[in-house]
Order: sequence, then C-alpha cells, then structure tokens
Amino acid sequence: MMEVGTRPVLDVKTTRVGFRLAGVVLGVVLVSALLGVLVGAVELSFGAVLAELADRVPGVDVSSGLSEREAAILWELRIPRVVLAGLVGGMLAIAGAAFQGVFRNPLADPYLLGVAAGAGLGATLAIAYFPEQSRWPVSPLPLAAFAGAVLGVSVTYVLGRSATRAYAAATLILAGVAVAAFLTATQTFVQQQNSDTFREVYAWILGALSTVGWREVTLILPYVVLSGAGLLLYRRLLDVMGVGDEEADSVGVRSTRVRLAVVAAATLGTAAAVAVSGLIGFVGIIVPHAIRLVLGSSYRLILPLSLGFGAAFLILADLIARSVLAPAEIPIGVVTAFFGAPFFLLVLSRARRMT
Amino acid sequence: MSDLRLTNVTVAYSGREVVGGVDVSVPARSWVALIGPNGAGKTTLLRAVAGLVGYSGTIEIAGRPTIGMSRRRLSQLVAFLPQRPVLPEGLTVTDYVSIGRTPYITYWGTESAEDRAVVKEVLERLELEGLAHRQIESLSGGESQRAVLARALAQRSEILLLDEPTSALDVGHQQQVMELIDQLRVEQGLTVLTALHDLTLAGQFASRLVLLDHGMVVSEGPAREVLTEERIERHYAATVRVVDEPGAGLTVIPVRSHSPSDKVTVSDE
Repeated sequence: MMEVGTRPVLDVKTTRVGFRLAGVVLGVVLVSALLGVLVGAVELSFGAVLAELADRVPGVDVSSGLSEREAAILWELRIPRVVLAGLVGGMLAIAGAAFQGVFRNPLADPYLLGVAAGAGLGATLAIAYFPEQSRWPVSPLPLAAFAGAVLGVSVTYVLGRSATRAYAAATLILAGVAVAAFLTATQTFVQQQNSDTFREVYAWILGALSTVGWREVTLILPYVVLSGAGLLLYRRLLDVMGVGDEEADSVGVRSTRVRLAVVAAATLGTAAAVAVSGLIGFVGIIVPHAIRLVLGSSYRLILPLSLGFGAAFLILADLIARSVLAPAEIPIGVVTAFFGAPFFLLVLSRARRMT
Repeated sequence: MSDLRLTNVTVAYSGREVVGGVDVSVPARSWVALIGPNGAGKTTLLRAVAGLVGYSGTIEIAGRPTIGMSRRRLSQLVAFLPQRPVLPEGLTVTDYVSIGRTPYITYWGTESAEDRAVVKEVLERLELEGLAHRQIESLSGGESQRAVLARALAQRSEILLLDEPTSALDVGHQQQVMELIDQLRVEQGLTVLTALHDLTLAGQFASRLVLLDHGMVVSEGPAREVLTEERIERHYAATVRVVDEPGAGLTVIPVRSHSPSDKVTVSDE
C-alpha cells in the first residue's frame, strides 16, 4: 500500500481494514487499562483481578481471593482512575482532531480557543473564593472550571465571527488567542491577590487524576459520550471541510454551521474533561498528529482512532505519573509533555524520512 | 438538458458594485467563456451562479430560478471549481474525488455503493485509477488538475463552472485540459461556463465569448466578433495582434511596444 513519495494511507472504507483497525485499537486500550489497574503500590495479581472482574458479570460467580481492602483498592481507586483517564484522554484527543479539521490548522485544539484559559480562571476563582470545598453540596471547582471553559469559547466565537468568509477560520483562532490572553491575565491577577492558594491552583493547572473516583466518572460520562458520538458523526464532513469553506459550500455543505456544531460538541466534552482532570496539555495535538503521520489523513480514520489512542495514551501517562516517584505523584500534564514530546518528535522525523 | 440564463445580475461587496446588471445566456451543451481584464467581475459572476455570493437579478437553470433553492439542490445542478482549488494534504485521490458526492449524501452519512460506483467511473474516465490511492498533494500539476475536474464530475451536475482551469499549467497541459473539458461536454451533455485569461484558448474552445469590463458586458458573440485588436487594446490596455490563421483559428499575440533595441545586452566578459 506504500509507494515511493507518499505516506502510508489506509483505506478505511474497506470493511476488512476497518475491522482490523478497530480490533487493534480495542486491544491497545484494553492492554493499557489492564496495566493501569495492575500496577500500583499494592500489588494485585493478574489472575485475581481477572477473577474480580469476571465475578461482576451477571451469572458468573468466582472467588478472586482478594482481601476486602484489596478489592476496595481495585474498585474504588484503580478502576475509576483508569476509566477516567481513558475518558479524558479520548475526549481531549478527538476534540483536538476535530478542531484541527474544522479550522484547517494543525495547531488548533479547544485549549487554544479559550477552554484552557477559561477553565483556569474558573478554577482559580473557585479555589480563591470558595475554600473548604467539602462544605458545599456540589463541589464548586469542576462547575466553575466547566463554566469558565464554555464561556471562554463562547466569547471567542461571538467576537471572532468574521464577515469575510476567506478568513473565517483564521479569525476565530486569532480571537481565541486574544481571549485566552485576557482570561489568563485575569487569572494571574486573581491568583496574585490570593497568594495562599498558589499551590492549589498550580497543581490544578498541571492536571491531576489523584483525587478522582466514580463520582467524577459519572459527572463527565454523559458529556464525553454525547460529544464523542456527535463528533464521530461529522467524520465525513470534516474531510469535506478540508477543501475550504467556499468549496465545501459549493458541494452543498453549510461550512459555518458545521464549524459551529463541531466547536460546540468538542468544547462541551473538553470542558467536562478539564473540569475533573485539570489542564492536561498536549494530548489534543500529539495523538491526532501521530495518527495522521503514521496512518493517513482522512478524518474517518483520525476521529475514531484518536478516541482510542487518546484513551490509551492518558491511561499510560497516568500510570507513569503515579508510579515513577511512588508514593509521590508527578503532575500528569508533566508526563504527557515529557514523554509525549520526544515520542512525537520521533514520529515526526520518521515520517519526514519516508516522504 | 440544462441551459443557464443570467438576467440583470448585480453583485455588490460591502456596498461596492462589482457586477452591474449583467445578462448572459449559456445554451444547454454549449461552452461560453467569460473574458475580461483582472477585476472585471468574471469570478464574481461564477460565484453568484454557484450560490456563493448574494446577488440581485435572476439566475435560472433550465428555466427555474436558483434563488431559494437549497445549497444541496443547487450543488446537484452546478459544479464550481475555483481558480486555485484547495487540495487537502494527505487525502487520497479517491477520498478527494468522493467529496464531489456530498450533495447526494445525507448530513451525517457516508458514501453508498452508488456513490462509490460514480467515483470509480469518474476516476476511470479521467485515467486516474492508477493514482487512486496516491495522496493528492503528491500529484503533478496536470494530474491534480484532472483530479479536481474529477471531483466536479462526481457531482453529476449538468452545469460546470470553471474559473481559470488552465492558469497553473504549461502550454501542453493547457491544451490537454481544454480538450478534455470539451470532450466531456460533448460526451456527457455538459453546459460549460468558464472564466479565461488566455484569449486564444477562449476563442478556440468556447462557442461564444462574453467580454466583461468593470462589471459590465461590453461585447458578446463568437470569437471573430469579440476579439478585435482595437477592443482588446481598449479593455485590457494591451497591445496585441490578432491573427486569423486558416485552420488554426484565431490567435491573439501580445506585442511588445518598445523597440527590441532597448534591450540590454550582456557581454560575455
């Protein structure tokens, strides 16, 4: 399938290739998840974990031999954390891929359009002015981060709508950069005024999955499912958008509407993800681009694969974050960049050699 | 059979009139070329027909006004290729040509067996089967022009709007692409409206020429009537000689007005 002078391209429309790819992605996600569940301060045996999992299947009754404490570690700490890492990673990657498609810009991702800065401001305000979060019936931090992220992108969208179609995509990106700068400045100011919260804000910004449980999973699951499924529906139209707004319109697409729908879906999902995980950087850029460089540029391929590989990537990054300096944890945002960047550069240089 | 008729079409960009009250009629299965200097309004007129820019006046296809048609319906009737089509990096030729099927595919759907059959047929007709899995940006100029035409043909529309289809090609490929468009027109009963800079090619291939200047039609008819030295000089501010070679058609040759002796000679020291 490879020819001289071309990068490899997989034709996903043939079902055989599609099924094989789906199998590979599912396998990678399962292996990462299993590793994430098995590795930790308390050693759980592979067989015992499998037995525990099988025991939960209706109609199956096996004894895993795990103590009550070990079972609690598995069910209340490891599994929700792995599930959440998977949801957040998949969401960040597919949202990044969709943004790159709809803006025809390799650096676009929801963070750039105000999600990161908005969520950062929201989180900082919550930490600074609503301390002792346990007193509140609903934790204000994720709510504030979510609201900040959605607000950031909405302001960008309203201000960045351009009259000239030719620059519509570029104008939105520029507006996003300006809005992000403004929100970040505000966030920094609030943080300086409340310097006692510095450590907490900083930890949130670098991203962490250390305090999560099933509550966070149920909090973001509906958003991730709706947003992910919505974006997958646009996989063909994202390929069409690649020819530019005017040509897309000339084959019957309403490009402005498609962009708004994709931005809305990706923003809601990403806002939910960052609300519980903090600002985990780089996933939305490196996962889709690695797929592009290795497997091909059609969004019918990139979107579903980003979901899977993004999930696996973040599960493994979280595994590294909590085991390298155990019992201390490295912020997961540090891990994604520290291991992600060299990996990405490797893929980039290999791809260049092939062409 | 679709004929195309523009009546009193006016287009303004932010208050400035770019096209003012233009009438153009393109009979079914014929080829009409819009000619005229840069900024005359050729591209704007094509974009109006494609529904990409608002206009006043009437544009009718087979007697039915296009205003009020959905974008999807209009793109089943009219295919438009801009002067410099965007070739999305990394997309295969097949995927790129499939974009032309968009008017027939539901919003969130994908290609049916019929769509794939049309794409395959178009690729074969334009001799692109061998390049079907190549990435679009790796094609040569001539090949990518054929791929772009294939995308337009995949729309299965009877009207083809082409903005400068030969501007990026060498003289040989220019001729090949123009011949190909003409063959397709005859074979598939297409109605073709092109904007063209090359007056010789326009005269050789189009049955009628429409000369635009400052957004208005200043001359219209067969090449022999429209392409006169005096008229080209007036509207293009160009010095040309129009040669009517028997058997070769009309040839418009630019002539340098300065005398050749002005040339700086470089000695070989």
